[in-house]
Amino acid sequence: MYALIALGYTLVYGVLQLINFAHSEVFMLGGFAGLFAVRAVTSPGENIGGTKSVMLVVFGVLVGAAVGGVSAIVVERVAYRPLRRRGAPRLAFLISAIGMSLLLVNLAGKEFGRLPIPVPELFTDGTVFTVFGADVRTGQLIVFGSAIAMLIFLDRFVNGTKIGMGIRSVAQDAETASLMGVDINRIITMTFLVGGLLGGAAGFLYGMTFNVQNTMGFIPGVKAFTAAVLGGIGNVRGAMIGGLILGVAENLGVACVSSSWRDVIAFGILVLVLVLRPTGILGERLGRSA
Amino acid sequence: MTAVSDPRPTLLDRVRGNADARRLARYLLIAVVAGLIVGKDGTGDEPFSGIKGSFQDSTMLYLVIAAVVASVLARLYDAQRDTVAQLRGRASGAREQLIGGSRQKYANIAFLVLALVFALLLPLGLSGFWQRVLVERIGIFVLLALGLNVVVGLAGLLDLGYIAFYAIGAYVTAYFTGQLPAEPPFTLNPFLIIPISVLAAMIAGVLLGAPTLRLRGDYLAIVTLGFGEIVRITAVNSDKLTNGPRGAIGIPHFSAFGYQWKLDSKPYYYLLLAMMVIVVIAFRRLENSRVGRAWAAIREDEVAAAACGVPTVKFKLLAFGIGASTAGLAGNFYASKVGFISPDNFLLITSFLVLVYVVFGGMGSLPGAILGAAVLTWLPEVLRDKVPAQDRYIYFGVLLIIMMIFRPQGLIPSKRRAREFAMHEGGDALGSAEGSGTTAGAIA
Amino acid sequence: MSADQSAVQMPVLEVEAVTLRFGGLTSLAAVDLYQERGEILAVIGPNGAGKTSLFNCLTGVYVPQEGRVTFRPTAGRDVDVLGSKPHEVNRAGIARTFQNIRLFGALTAVENVKIGVESRQKHGAIGAMVGTPRARREEQESDATAIELLRFVGLGRRANELANSLPYGDQRRLEIARALATSPSLLLLDEPAAGTNPAEKRQLEDLIRKVNDERDISVLLIEHDMRLVMSIASRIVVLNFGKVIATGTPAEIQSDPAVIEAYLGSEAADAAGA
Repeated sequence: MYALIALGYTLVYGVLQLINFAHSEVFMLGGFAGLFAVRAVTSPGENIGGTKSVMLVVFGVLVGAAVGGVSAIVVERVAYRPLRRRGAPRLAFLISAIGMSLLLVNLAGKEFGRLPIPVPELFTDGTVFTVFGADVRTGQLIVFGSAIAMLIFLDRFVNGTKIGMGIRSVAQDAETASLMGVDINRIITMTFLVGGLLGGAAGFLYGMTFNVQNTMGFIPGVKAFTAAVLGGIGNVRGAMIGGLILGVAENLGVACVSSSWRDVIAFGILVLVLVLRPTGILGERLGRSA
Repeated sequence: MTAVSDPRPTLLDRVRGNADARRLARYLLIAVVAGLIVGKDGTGDEPFSGIKGSFQDSTMLYLVIAAVVASVLARLYDAQRDTVAQLRGRASGAREQLIGGSRQKYANIAFLVLALVFALLLPLGLSGFWQRVLVERIGIFVLLALGLNVVVGLAGLLDLGYIAFYAIGAYVTAYFTGQLPAEPPFTLNPFLIIPISVLAAMIAGVLLGAPTLRLRGDYLAIVTLGFGEIVRITAVNSDKLTNGPRGAIGIPHFSAFGYQWKLDSKPYYYLLLAMMVIVVIAFRRLENSRVGRAWAAIREDEVAAAACGVPTVKFKLLAFGIGASTAGLAGNFYASKVGFISPDNFLLITSFLVLVYVVFGGMGSLPGAILGAAVLTWLPEVLRDKVPAQDRYIYFGVLLIIMMIFRPQGLIPSKRRAREFAMHEGGDALGSAEGSGTTAGAIA
Repeated sequence: MSADQSAVQMPVLEVEAVTLRFGGLTSLAAVDLYQERGEILAVIGPNGAGKTSLFNCLTGVYVPQEGRVTFRPTAGRDVDVLGSKPHEVNRAGIARTFQNIRLFGALTAVENVKIGVESRQKHGAIGAMVGTPRARREEQESDATAIELLRFVGLGRRANELANSLPYGDQRRLEIARALATSPSLLLLDEPAAGTNPAEKRQLEDLIRKVNDERDISVLLIEHDMRLVMSIASRIVVLNFGKVIATGTPAEIQSDPAVIEAYLGSEAADAAGA
């Protein structure tokens, strides 16, 4: 799941050389949107199964994705584009991203309350099968399945479509790309859009597994960034691999040490990766300052 | 930019085409968001009750009217903008020529003396509550802002885990006064621990910096954030060392030179003031020395700086260390005054807050950092009853974004920064505050 | 290489078999060159020949995969450049300017030069904050040296102007002043005449000669302006596609068929018309 969020990060970063702090908030908004959508069409205590389950999940994901995409574009328009127009130094973008993040988290908290809200049970959760003695539950399967679907979609999109090529070209050399007639603003908007779609969808999936809350974006956001860096920021496949590795490492680590240290593991990996191998495993972009 | 547009203009296109309509739309949108912000709180079951509430009572109406008015004013301003810019350009040019004029110096000194007198007399006119605020919030945060100002403002390194140094200073104080589960080899009065706190924070700064300073700005930011969180989570989890989430209590007040500080805020305030004066003088001299210049050079163009023999890593470490030192001092101070600390004092969000203060006041400018911290810690206290405390961060977030867009140099820009930002507005491709030209510059 | 220990006799710079690759692209292929102490050596070649990459190898910015670069400063021991960081290389005595002028735009001219001077100074943050006698003294020295250098390059009157408000030619000279401030034994100039008008070019020529004569600094120069090169260089190295295709005196180079074929043909015509 981290892979999903990581993809959003890596996309934006690859194109703009910019870490979108606010991406975690897009994730969060998508989660809320999906939550409200699903709540609107179900009644509490309902027992849902079969095809209705699947449809509801898909519905939630789509709504989450849509809202995520829209929010991402809004963020770009409001916070980043004016800075780009003024040719602001990179520090300004970072700070603005932080501002956006602060704004969204707390605005959401204000409007939706600051308590965690569970997503209604959309399916009967049970153990489907066991792998190496660990239970694989329906919920996990659903998340996993959707994640794979989206990853495949993204891969095809970035490598197959014209817009995808546009994104990759801008990521490599923006100036030349614009000389060749690529509309930079549009590409940037598209990049944010796609990143937002993925992030929003991930938000809903996350919300289904855990809960939805206005602060839910932060930790997954950092972990997703870790995954993106681990796999090599700017590299789509790398982000996927990074996400997988991180997920596994975290769970393994938690098995060894108590779970309250779980987050530290992610942070620790982040620090280690950045210090030892900033290009990540598959990466092509350098994080060094020379 | 766009290739061929649709031959028949839709309403959206017409709005896009007309600058006035665009502006109005923008302001209306802002009004809606404002409605969201100032409305009531919602909950999970009643989302958006904030905006609904605003629509129901007349708040929304006022906001819409305000938006329309603002949009008209903006248009008038735009028309004048060129003249304003010219005037501003000429004024600052004239001011540049006067650098070093001795008249200026006397004016500065007079101003400083006045400010000092004001600061000395201030607590006498305040109630006990406000005196406490003065020390525990404003004073502490000014110290923190001064330190972060060195890291972010002078050296251009975004440290999002700055609060960790504050925590280290505080916990070191708790440790050496024997208030932590771990037994110290000897106990001291917090006042005497000050140098230890400062030193510990500086060492932490160097330790954090050493492996990470090779990284570019964005990565550095995240790593420092990670570090800050690691410190906090460690504090929360290591019961044996730091007493976990319960924190430390019973930390004694300062006692030195035969004088014992107690609960009264005033003596603390004066001590704080004295320390601040020392810090400010030291930092001011630093800024104008070869160290400050080297930092500016590194900030402007790291590659060129290295080519001139500037050991960039060493200077960055220096910035980290010096910046951390005031945090350590603040940590010690706070622990001693308040008497108890817990990991909740050192949340990540506080790192962000200090960043907001520095940015708002002016990155790299000493008076800016002081003013920014002072104003933004004072405001929430003053507005405590009118604005719900939790909304605070919304406003800060908005403030950050607005500052970056409209006045990135802050309230009181440092001279150098003002020049840098003026350069950028002119579309100068030469300087990108983060160094070597990348596509980010090209996209602008 | 003789075993003669006298530093004066041996070349100030020796580049042996340096090869630099970026991924699949070979930027420099087994480049050999040497520079005698005190001479003005010019490196010429078509665009993309690897000249700036060579500079970057000489200053520690790039690390070539193969080869060796030995630098013999006027005072001090021989330095193996590879493996040194840029500021260490500068400390050893190699200073450079950049092809597209990298000044510290928001600093004044004198401040820019001071950065160079101060990189050699000893006092640190504590000295600066407290105001030790050494710090004060070094600050004054830094001022004095910087002003003197500005006068040397002809910018004495513009000391307090912002670097990026200076006219282009002055910016070039400022960059040279800043490089000189680091007390180099070897000065690398990357296309110093690019974008300058003929009057500025003549001033530049005089300045380079002055640096070489009066300050005993060896100069290694990348340039496209043939007239300038022929006029001041004592020897020329020609690069093409990362390889050295000729070395010799200006006269020899002008008549070298390989050079003419690769490059000099169209350039000579341009220079004649310039």
